[in-house]
Amino acid sequence: MPDNARDSTDSRRTLSMTAVLMRLVVIGVVALGVAALFAYAGGWLSPHRLTQARIIAAFGQLDGIHPGFRRNHAKGICATGWFESNGQAASLSKAALFAPGKVPVVGRIAFAGGMPFIPDEPDTVRSLALRFLPAGGDEWRTGMINIPVFPFATVQAFYEQMVASKPDPATGQPDPAKMQAFAANHPEFVAAIDIVKKRLVSSGFADATYNSLNTFRFVNSDGVSTPVRWSAVSLQPFVAAATAVHASADGASADKNALFDALIADVAKHPVQWRLVITAGQAGDPTANPTLPWPADRKQIDAGTVTIDKVSSEDDGPCVDVNFDPMVLPAGIEASDDPIPSARSAAYARSFTLREGERKVKPPSAVTPQEVSSVGKS
Amino acid sequence: MSPQSQRFPVSSRVLHWLMAVLVLAMLFIGVGMAASESARYSTLVAIHKPLGIAILILVVIRIVNRLIHRPPPLPADMPGIQRFAAHASHIMLYALMFLMPIIGWSMLSAAGYPIVLFGPLHLPPILTQNATVYAALRQLHTILAYLLFATFLLHFAAALFHGLIRRDGVLQSMASWRSGR
Repeated sequence: MPDNARDSTDSRRTLSMTAVLMRLVVIGVVALGVAALFAYAGGWLSPHRLTQARIIAAFGQLDGIHPGFRRNHAKGICATGWFESNGQAASLSKAALFAPGKVPVVGRIAFAGGMPFIPDEPDTVRSLALRFLPAGGDEWRTGMINIPVFPFATVQAFYEQMVASKPDPATGQPDPAKMQAFAANHPEFVAAIDIVKKRLVSSGFADATYNSLNTFRFVNSDGVSTPVRWSAVSLQPFVAAATAVHASADGASADKNALFDALIADVAKHPVQWRLVITAGQAGDPTANPTLPWPADRKQIDAGTVTIDKVSSEDDGPCVDVNFDPMVLPAGIEASDDPIPSARSAAYARSFTLREGERKVKPPSAVTPQEVSSVGKS
Repeated sequence: MSPQSQRFPVSSRVLHWLMAVLVLAMLFIGVGMAASESARYSTLVAIHKPLGIAILILVVIRIVNRLIHRPPPLPADMPGIQRFAAHASHIMLYALMFLMPIIGWSMLSAAGYPIVLFGPLHLPPILTQNATVYAALRQLHTILAYLLFATFLLHFAAALFHGLIRRDGVLQSMASWRSGR
């Protein structure tokens, strides 16, 4: 009598050919079932699922394919400087960068949209992305834009709007019927755009105020968690944008990098600064919906000052290989139930992977090192 | 031959099944997060990184364990091609389980991301920042993940083949928990 299973040749012989075939089928079905689950997790069985690949492809369809450039916020320059924390935000967040002191900052100043050579226009949404690099490596990355609310509550709405605004090949313009249909389905978009349209548009990058729009949570050393939004409030005097910069008589000779050149010239003369203002939300304030503003009377904490004392072209600057992923958060800053930062993180990762793989074929950026150097001297 | 020697030692079985669950979870999380343009993405990423490092630690322990405890021999009547497939797939599984976390860690390093495990607990970068290296490693991470999943499927189907058709005790040598058998 065999004392272990390995010698069970007798029972092995009892399997008929039919039984063997049946069992082979069972094995095949089980293995295929596991493979099908894997395919489902990877989105291959759900062609309508919104994935990173689809949303980045939509940018390509809307703005063209520009190898080596960010798929969104494509036209920009690098900025470096520091954040001088006054310690006041430490009551809300235990993040090391909020302790009193100086932290190096690498930033990027850009226009929203996927076109790296679009002519500068004050009306185009502008962005300030910052990477805070405290000693100890617990860094924080944030991207802010110069509108007061985000027009989309979900990434699905963001995607639908991109699809709806795709230019009609016949007219070169978005199909108004599709845009209207989108607006009709998204009252939150219409309400947010109303707020955005009422904003005061600044003349340049330096006198603009940039807002996080998304809600995060600050956690202090006692473990108290507070919903927050933040802004980089310009310390440069506000100058309203001329109403029709782009309609200047000799449009052909107009500087396509006018706003960037103005910033380069400003920084060459003196550093530009923003106050980092943290707005603390209260119970009931909308955290999951960035289309909704918070009441104006919410407590604001001045966390300190961001100083930019050097700008450079992306082509030789320190920001080109940085993904300003809004989910790179230090201990003391956490995600809230706002779904947009995670969606941004996902899409940015895809954009980053694509463009890093295209670095060797990336053409020079709109603002070249030569331009930064010559404008800076003038 | 004593019955005990026909089975993998307890340490091997515990490591095998623990890692089976973790690696399979990791593969599903990985493929899922790469196709999640949603709030789920950052949740999955936050699990993926520490889980990868946990697998790296476990696979090192497992390789040491494997060197100490030799596995029971394969049945004498197993055809040569099956023996070869068994050995090759095991080497492949070990290699991929070790390489995948190393590539993940390297690729985050080359991308200049902080490598966050939990809260303030970070790992140091193991490569200097380099765009091209990042892009290549990121692609390799995906390709090897598919290879690992394919190897797992083969391993899984082979285990069922041993258990249901050959019935030669190979499956039981890893899957049986009855004492004294």
